[in-house]
Amino acid sequence: MSILVFVEQRDGRVRSVSREALGQATALAAAFGGPVVGVCCAAADPGLAALGEAGAEQVLFAQHEAFASYDGAGYAAAVAAAIAAVKPKVVLFAGSSMGRDLAPRVAAKVDAGLATDCTALVVDGGKLVATRPVYAGKALQKVSFPGALALVTLRPKAFAAPEAQPGKSAAVSALAFTWDASAPRAKVAAVVGASGGKVDLTEAEAIVAGGRGMKGPEHFAMLEELAGVLGASVGASRAVVDAGWRGHGDQVGQTGKTVSPKLYVAVGISGAIQHLAGMSSSRCIVAINKDPEAPIFKVADYGIVGDLFEVVPALTAAIKQLH
Amino acid sequence: MLQVVCIKQVPDTETRVKVAGDGRTLDPTGVTWVMNPFDEFAVEGALQVKEKAGAGEVVVISLGGAGVQTTLRNSLAMGADRAIHLKNDTAAPDSLAVAKALAAAIRELNPQLVWLGKSASDDDAAQVGPMLSELLGLPCVTVAASFALEGTVAKVEREIEGGREQIEVPLPAVITCDKGLNQPRYPSLKGIMAAKKKTIEERAIDLGAAHVELVALELPPARAAGRIVGEGAAAVPELVRALREDAKVI
Ligand SMILES: Cc1cc2nc3c(=O)[nH]c(=O)nc-3n(C[C@H](O)[C@H](O)[C@H](O)COP(=O)(O)OP(=O)(O)OC[C@H]3O[C@@H](n4cnc5c(N)ncnc54)[C@H](O)[C@@H]3O)c2cc1C
Ligand SMILES: Nc1ncnc2c1ncn2[C@@H]1O[C@H](COP(=O)(O)O)[C@@H](O)[C@H]1O
Repeated sequence: MSILVFVEQRDGRVRSVSREALGQATALAAAFGGPVVGVCCAAADPGLAALGEAGAEQVLFAQHEAFASYDGAGYAAAVAAAIAAVKPKVVLFAGSSMGRDLAPRVAAKVDAGLATDCTALVVDGGKLVATRPVYAGKALQKVSFPGALALVTLRPKAFAAPEAQPGKSAAVSALAFTWDASAPRAKVAAVVGASGGKVDLTEAEAIVAGGRGMKGPEHFAMLEELAGVLGASVGASRAVVDAGWRGHGDQVGQTGKTVSPKLYVAVGISGAIQHLAGMSSSRCIVAINKDPEAPIFKVADYGIVGDLFEVVPALTAAIKQLH
Repeated sequence: MLQVVCIKQVPDTETRVKVAGDGRTLDPTGVTWVMNPFDEFAVEGALQVKEKAGAGEVVVISLGGAGVQTTLRNSLAMGADRAIHLKNDTAAPDSLAVAKALAAAIRELNPQLVWLGKSASDDDAAQVGPMLSELLGLPCVTVAASFALEGTVAKVEREIEGGREQIEVPLPAVITCDKGLNQPRYPSLKGIMAAKKKTIEERAIDLGAAHVELVALELPPARAAGRIVGEGAAAVPELVRALREDAKVI
């Protein structure tokens, strides 16, 4: 049975989180014995044939002029039509801002179970079992799906993108779907760039995050510099965001973003349970804190006890020397 | 104008998680129950709309066991007008079943705005809002970070990767709330007194067939103990070496 992947595009480009989903779909397709099929909503083809390199055999293209920006209702109608056409066993979405909005709409439309923000998928005796962090990462929930169809969103960065198979191309065909664009709906009037083209925290390979120990917004320039040499994005604790030193979009934690970068550097962050909720699935955690008893050291792979105002510039300089 | 706010009662974020004897759910012993933090933004959002309009009604709805009435009472103390308690004790994480039960109750009320949190801090599903919108056939904006009502159109902003979407949505609509939308108020003493006289209507409901089944609840594998590489700037060379050679992340 086939595995359907929602292929996410913005500004005419397929997003990398969708490649992670295609990689996972290929693994599931091996277990369920069917092809990987993509479905993409867009105003113009963002180069879908090239998704063959990421494992898609076929891609259904739902074209509509209103799809120049994201439209939850329209996209849901199209993906539901793709499900009716393909009759997949599993539908995978990236757990991005788009996937998180779209997948529950589709689940309600097709009356199927959905597991969101999954960090592992296994097929056990022909049944899909999805693992997802709950209670702010303090526990892992495993769920299965009693129905014929299972919907899943994948936590960004929790699954590796597949190795490209150069030269392979996917068969692209138009998807027929009905959707009344004149019905009352939420319309994207504009997209404004708040983070100046920086990689979003949820998709960053590395993050340098600052806490109250930074003492004031002006000192974040020091973290920007460290982030610069590491190719990292800058995050913050809630204490920092609530003080107005950084925007809400920078907050990591239970009421902020959940991130899983390769490297997370926590600077002047104590490591409250609500902060850990957002970053403890990072692959490698570094903590810089002057208090040796700070709870952040309990989850850190490497720690330096010391004054961040001395350690951070020294670290930036040392990494610069590597290049 | 009538507005509905959906509220979930969840364990306090400080809760230490213990797995119950069934191996699938949370052991509720000693858990402190609170309003889902994101639902506080939802209640505040509805109250602000009502206050600006100078009229209207805010109805709060929660599906859960008997205990949820304390949380409903709390939202009445914040200023909501009345509450509906959909009584059901199952601990299954079936968002679609919950959304269907909420949709059935909300449909009768014919609201102009339905407010929810962007996700519940226990199961972190982030599903009920958009599901509800499909079931009710209403437009929906999820993860709202700002909200302004201009006549019968709401202007809402939501954060996406690398920017913000500015969205216009005609009422009636479903909105799910992110942190930063507003500053939720605390119940005043007067509010707490007034809440005692407000009604909580109870309805026993059945959730129907499951769409998702719980297999297990497990504690995550403990992270291998890390190490303090040293003190102060002197420890930097060893940190850089370890990141490069052992962890291979730079
Ligand atoms: C419902 C709820 C939700 C929450 N959600 C979140 C969330 O999403 N994200 C989040 O982060 N928090 C969240 N919190 C808040 C959380 O409980 C903590 O209050 C917060 O994380 C603390 O931020 P901090 O570590 O920056 O500050 P602090 O706890 O004040 O820690 C500052 C640290 O800096 C160190 N320090 C100070 N000066 C220096 C120096 N010169 N050099 C080195 N180290 C120094 C100190 O030793 C200390 O460890 C939430 C709380 C609640 C109740
Ligand atoms: N049992 C419930 N009763 C009322 N509202 C709920 C319930 N479960 C979820 N919600 C609402 O849906 C939002 C998202 O929850 P969830 O989809 O479970 O993460 C919550 O913030 C609530 O507003």
